[in-house]
Amino acid sequence: MEIRWDILAEYAPFFAKGTLLTIGLSVVSIIIGCILGLFIGLGKMSKNKWIALPFNIYVTFFRGTPLLVQILLVHFGLVPLLLGETNGITAAITALSLNSAAYVSEIFRAGIQSIDKGQMEAARSLGMNHQQAMRLVILPQAFKRMIPPLGNEFIVLIKDTSLVAGIAVKELLYWGQALQGQYYRVWEPYLTAALIYLVITFSLSLLLSKLERRLTTE
Amino acid sequence: MIEVQNLKKTFGKNEVLKKINVTIKPQEVVVVIGPSGSGKSTFLRCINLLETITDGRVLIEGVDITDKKTDINKIRTEVGMVFQQFNLFPHKTVLQNIMLAPMKVRKISEEKARAKGVELLAKVGLADKADAYPDSLSGGQKQRVAIARALAMEPKIMLFDEPTSALDPEMVGEVLEVMKQLAKEGMTMVVVTHEMGFAREVGDRVLFMDGGVIVEENVPKELFERPKEERTQAFLSKVL
Ligand SMILES: Nc1ncnc2c1ncn2[C@@H]1O[C@H](COP(=O)(O)OP(=O)(O)OP(=O)(O)O)[C@@H](O)[C@H]1O
Ligand SMILES: [Mg+2]
Repeated sequence: MEIRWDILAEYAPFFAKGTLLTIGLSVVSIIIGCILGLFIGLGKMSKNKWIALPFNIYVTFFRGTPLLVQILLVHFGLVPLLLGETNGITAAITALSLNSAAYVSEIFRAGIQSIDKGQMEAARSLGMNHQQAMRLVILPQAFKRMIPPLGNEFIVLIKDTSLVAGIAVKELLYWGQALQGQYYRVWEPYLTAALIYLVITFSLSLLLSKLERRLTTE
Repeated sequence: MIEVQNLKKTFGKNEVLKKINVTIKPQEVVVVIGPSGSGKSTFLRCINLLETITDGRVLIEGVDITDKKTDINKIRTEVGMVFQQFNLFPHKTVLQNIMLAPMKVRKISEEKARAKGVELLAKVGLADKADAYPDSLSGGQKQRVAIARALAMEPKIMLFDEPTSALDPEMVGEVLEVMKQLAKEGMTMVVVTHEMGFAREVGDRVLFMDGGVIVEENVPKELFERPKEERTQAFLSKVL
């Protein structure tokens, strides 16, 4: 097999743009996902079953259906319904955020519930209200434990952004498909895309293990 | 100071406390003893509402804590609690552990909280550990920090739930010493413990609990030397 470097050179700027968009989508979606996920996780933990119910349904839905189906639903259904017309980037961010929020909420719940019950009791026995105890005592400890699984979720999300090529969002894989369409070449576009994904996720996991090591020695 | 009236507590169908009645006077040191599962911890935890009370009333300085209108967080600032497992905040230094609640709950300034914290650490003999993290302390040191942390809220009552049971034997003394000092200073204390020596020496009164009721109560000397109830005699013959 011969590699045609010329077409890769031609597409290099597009791959670069696509990579930036992939990173952008991932970062924005994980941030929104984390914020939403925190609230969903807290909602799920509510002692009141009726408050917890909708959050449980949410998580069950987003974890139990394929992300591609969710992306199509958001792109062709939800976004037009709310904005009148659809928009690939908005749909992509919305779908990815909603999806990662479901997983993040589970990470938050598990992280919070992994903190010994005695911590909450000690905080409350000192006169803190529930919210103060959460904010000052439970969450700071839980966050530390959430970093590894959150990092994992971030890596999964980065890879999942490739699915939005399906709704013509011009991220990394989109340009790979474009190259294939133009030159009928398979190896160049997809190996390049794969390599770029790998570089992003691998550097991230290196960064994360460094962070983890620093947190455990602290 | 503490009035417990017909206190009942059930977990599901399990009736753990059955009609407990007891009055604790200011500056009194009450020691609670009894076999495992008799409800000692539950009794203590009801006094600051770490457990919801099923029935009956608990009054602290005349305020009914079972009344829905009572601000329980305010009551808890008056009632310090020390746990068997210490429950120090591992992400904070010793001094920060002590300063946290006074600053966030009592809203005193950081300066004042720090001064108070340093003073309390000196009192429990740990002035040099202010900047250490709890994980680096021995069990006895942790428990002394926990006592200092509770005292920082300037409570009127201190509850101790088996404060020395998780400690290696050689560390029990240092914690009991701090508690003795506290009793001497006139703190109202309710102490669940297996340390009969402490009960004898420091306790004004001993309650013997079994099966969710207070079987017998008396001044320590009487209760230990002339227990009236058979169950008390049986228990004491095992532990003394
Ligand atoms: N959260 C809970 N849920 C259900 N049952 C409980 C709970 N806490 C305590 N119990 C039950 O209540 C009873 C009394 O428990 P408690 O902890 O008050 O006993 P204790 O006298 O402190 O015993 P120990 O000396 O072992 O600490 C036990 O039978 C225990 O199983
Ligand atoms: Mg107990």
